[in-house]
This record gives sequence, C-alpha cells and structure tokens, in this order.
Amino acid sequence: MTDVPIDIAHVAKLARIALTHDESAAFTAQFAKLFGYIEELQALDVTHVSATAQVIPIMNVMRDDIIRDCLDRAAALANAPDTSGPYFKVPRILE
Amino acid sequence: MLTGHEIRDRIARRETSALEITKRSIDAVAASEPELRAYLTLTPEYALARAAEIDARLARGEDCGPLAGVPVAIKDLFCTQGVRTTSGSKILANFVPPYSATVVAKLESAGAVMIGKTNMDEFAMGSSCENSGFHPTRNPWDLSRVPGGSSGGSASTVGARGVPIAVGTDTGGSIREPASFCNIVGVKPTYGRVSRYGMIAFASSLDQAGPMTADVRDAAIVLEAIAGLDPMDSTSADVPVPHYEDALRDDLRGVKVGIVREFESSISGDAAMSSLYKEAYAALVRLGAELVEVSLPHAKYGLATYYLIAPAECSSNLARYDGARYGVRVSDGGDVYQMFERTRAAGFGPEVKRRIILGTYALCSGYYDAYYVRAQKVRTLMKQDFDTAFSACDVIACPAVSCPPFELGAKSDPVAMYLMDYFTIPMSLAGIAAMSVPAGYVDGLPVGLQIAAPAFEEGRMLGVAHAYEQSTRFAWARAPKVGAA
Repeated sequence: MTDVPIDIAHVAKLARIALTHDESAAFTAQFAKLFGYIEELQALDVTHVSATAQVIPIMNVMRDDIIRDCLDRAAALANAPDTSGPYFKVPRILE
Repeated sequence: MLTGHEIRDRIARRETSALEITKRSIDAVAASEPELRAYLTLTPEYALARAAEIDARLARGEDCGPLAGVPVAIKDLFCTQGVRTTSGSKILANFVPPYSATVVAKLESAGAVMIGKTNMDEFAMGSSCENSGFHPTRNPWDLSRVPGGSSGGSASTVGARGVPIAVGTDTGGSIREPASFCNIVGVKPTYGRVSRYGMIAFASSLDQAGPMTADVRDAAIVLEAIAGLDPMDSTSADVPVPHYEDALRDDLRGVKVGIVREFESSISGDAAMSSLYKEAYAALVRLGAELVEVSLPHAKYGLATYYLIAPAECSSNLARYDGARYGVRVSDGGDVYQMFERTRAAGFGPEVKRRIILGTYALCSGYYDAYYVRAQKVRTLMKQDFDTAFSACDVIACPAVSCPPFELGAKSDPVAMYLMDYFTIPMSLAGIAAMSVPAGYVDGLPVGLQIAAPAFEEGRMLGVAHAYEQSTRFAWARAPKVGAA
C-alpha cells in the first residue's frame, strides 16, 4: 500500500461532486492500491523525453471562416431541464 | 443468424428481404433479451420502417450500400438523432440527441438497419458492463459471467447472433476485451481512422470507434463504411480508406509476426491460457508466417500511464454534466453550485466519480508535472517501443486478455478490474490498430487472440486475422448457451 497524497474532500470540491463520507473513505482505500502502480512511473528517467498529448501528426486544423448550418434554437433547448423563453434557466448565480 | 456479408449477398440475390431479415433479428433479440439484457433501448418500429424503405429502393434497382438490409446494434455512446442516448449513465437517462454521430450516419448510408442501442459501462469506464447505470449484461456463453466491457452489450448481442454486426468504442480495450469474452471479432482502429463526432467523450486522445462482428470480413466491410476524414472531427485523419476486403488473405507466407517477450512471460503463469496462445502462434506458422521475438519494455507501465491520462481527460470531458443544459438536474432549491454538486452526485455512478476525482487530482496545480506530464512522456516511450517492434515484424500477435470471461461480482476491487486491460492498453496509448479474433476455448469459455499493426495498417491486420480465422474457425466450432452459432 502507498500513502495517498490526495485530499479527497478538496479535490471533490474542485470536481463539483458532493461525495458521501462512505464514498470518500472507499476512494481513499482504493487510491492507495492504485497509487502503488502509479508511483512506478517515478522510477523512469524521462528528462529528455517529450510528452505525447495525442498520437497522430495532425495540428492546427483550419477551415474557411464561413457561416454554416447549426442546430436551431428549439432543438438546442429541447433537452434542457429548465428554460425561460430562448434561454437555459439555472438557479441564481449572483446575490 | 447469418454474417452481415451473407445477409447482404442473399438480399442482393433476392433470396430474402431486408424486412424478413430485420424481423428475424428483432425476434432473436426479443427471445434472448430477458436473459442477456444487452440493450438499453430497442428500436423495432424504426428498424422495420427502415428495412421496408431499403426493400423498396432495392426493388427500384437502387444501390443501397454494402450493408443494405443488415441489422446492426449501436453502443449507447453514439448519439442517435431522436433516439435516447445515455452512455450508460443515469445523468443522461432522458437525453435525446438532436443529431447523429458520424459513425451512425455512415452506417445508415451504407444501408444498415439499427435495431437498438446497447448497454455499456457508464461513460465507457469499465471492463465488465457491471458499471452500467441501468443493469448488467450477461455473457451468452455462460449467464453467470460478464460479457466484458465497456462495449459489453454490443459484444453480447453479436455473440448470441441477435445481430451480425455492432459498433463499439475502445479507449483502453473496450472493444477487444468484450470481443474476446463473447467469441466475436472486435477491431480498435488507429486513432483518427474513424470520426469521433457524436461519440460521447470519455478520454479524447484515446477514444476510437470500431466494428464488433461475427467474422473478419464483416469487420472489414464495416470499417471501410465508417472510416475516413470528417470535417466535424478535427482529429480524424486525412488518410485514404482502402477497400479492406481486398486485403483479406488465406495464407501468411512472407508475413513476420512479432511475439512480445514481456507479454509471454506475464501469461506463462497460467498454463491453460499460455497453451492456448502458443497454439494460436503455431497456427500462424502453419499458415506460412515467420515468428520473431519483439520487446515492449515499457508495456509494464501501461496501467499506471493509462490511469493518469484517461481519468485526467475524463475529468475534463465530464465537467459538462452540470444539470444546466441537458441531462438530469438535481437542484433541491440550492444555489447553482449546489445544483452542480448534487446533480453530479446523483447522476454519476461510483466508477465515474472515482475517475473524475483521480483525474482532477492528476491535473491539480503542483501535481500536474509529476503525474499527468510524466504519464504523457511515458506514453512517448511506449509509442517508440512499438516503432522499434514494427521495424522487425509486420504485425504483433499477443493475448487479448489474461483470462476467459469472469463471473459477475468477481472483480469488485477496482484495480483488479483495471488489470483486465493489461494487454490492450499499450496499443491504445500508442494509438495503433489492434483487434481481437476468436482463438479457442478455456474451460469451455471463449478467448481471443490480439493482432496489432502499425498506424493505418488495418488492412494488413485484418488480412492476418482473416487467414487465422478461416483456418481455425473457432467461432463456428461451438454454440453459445443463448442464441445460435
């Protein structure tokens, strides 16, 4: 078992998930085991290795700046839990 | 149920109709579904209308495509316009997409008839289909066992021959492992080979769609139909799509097959699995192949690398599920931040939460270089391992899995489940083409052989798989408990 460096309550807040006490406790134990594997990477010397973010040599894909068809508003709003006219409606953000 | 190309040919010869085939498929699925539960949504009325339309067009002499009238099942991670799409998650239980994924649109223009949306591990996170937010799916070879995952519903229904063809997605093994478990062919194409537009994202640098089929020829036909550059996905590759059926071969003369030293040593502890794979390599030699030993020295770091990169990308991708614009909302009168936290707490299952937390941590300021960037550098080393290996061989043959399908509940420890992807993760990280093809049985349960090829060499890979499949015919040797051979 490896010590888990994660402050789960803090990370859960960053991730905006309300975890129960039981979930936090379970994750702590599970991460301890997983970090046993993850820490193996620290043994490798990667000083002169570049990072691979994606594997195929495609970069900066451009298209002409012309207006194309897009979803109409009714379709874009159709799955919304709450709407108000042409808007998505959410609880108050500013007091 | 016939294979997809047999159906295509019989319809073309007017020996049967799209409608008759579709009805038969709907009936077969209805008969097996109480036991398998491979689907989240069935679309029989839509399928019958589509089939009738294809028959009418064929009667007028129109060309309806290479899959005209062939029933297909679609993993519920592909958006289907007007048909509920959940990605196996309660948070999308009510989501009806306003557009279809490019893979779905291409299958339909190739003449395929969608009969339903298949079950999966929630947001494709899992290797058993037990992480579905709705219900588990069973393996047609043994109902006490899992079909694999995350594309478990697609594998199960093709394994039971409810449909000859399904599509799945593979991020770290989610097509290949369930294909192995359900005795079917499963192809993970090169990253960029198939458009990801309309696929519900898990880990965007790894996700790739591919065929899950009754045989290798069907996989070739489906891959050709769904592959290619898509203006809607800037990571789709501008590489010509060959007619993959032309690459299918019947012998392996002149083919160098790489056997991975590290993988062989890892499987050697299991006598039954090890002997099955030794026999598979011997079958390749009998077909004329030459075996050469290759090394993937960084493959052992695959799990650690993958379980930093994939959760990091998932934590970013899944930030969009906040209850604001679509999906389920749980607000209970709180402010907007409470709405986010409650919606995500209620909507996501434990595995998804676990990976979001892990990924958020890996991306945290102060840890980012030590975990995420380091993992990306190891990914480079892994890619270089494959480049070196493929300088000595044409394809790699290796285990797809470390064991036959396991019983439901057997892998309740998440790390034990993660280890299921040991042989499939390295190819995903390197972005190369890989597939599983039926290779025989251990204790009466199916096991697949993995064949991997350099980027965009799917034709070469399918050619080797075809020769092996046709000379061994394991998929036809026995019948599953549920469904037909």
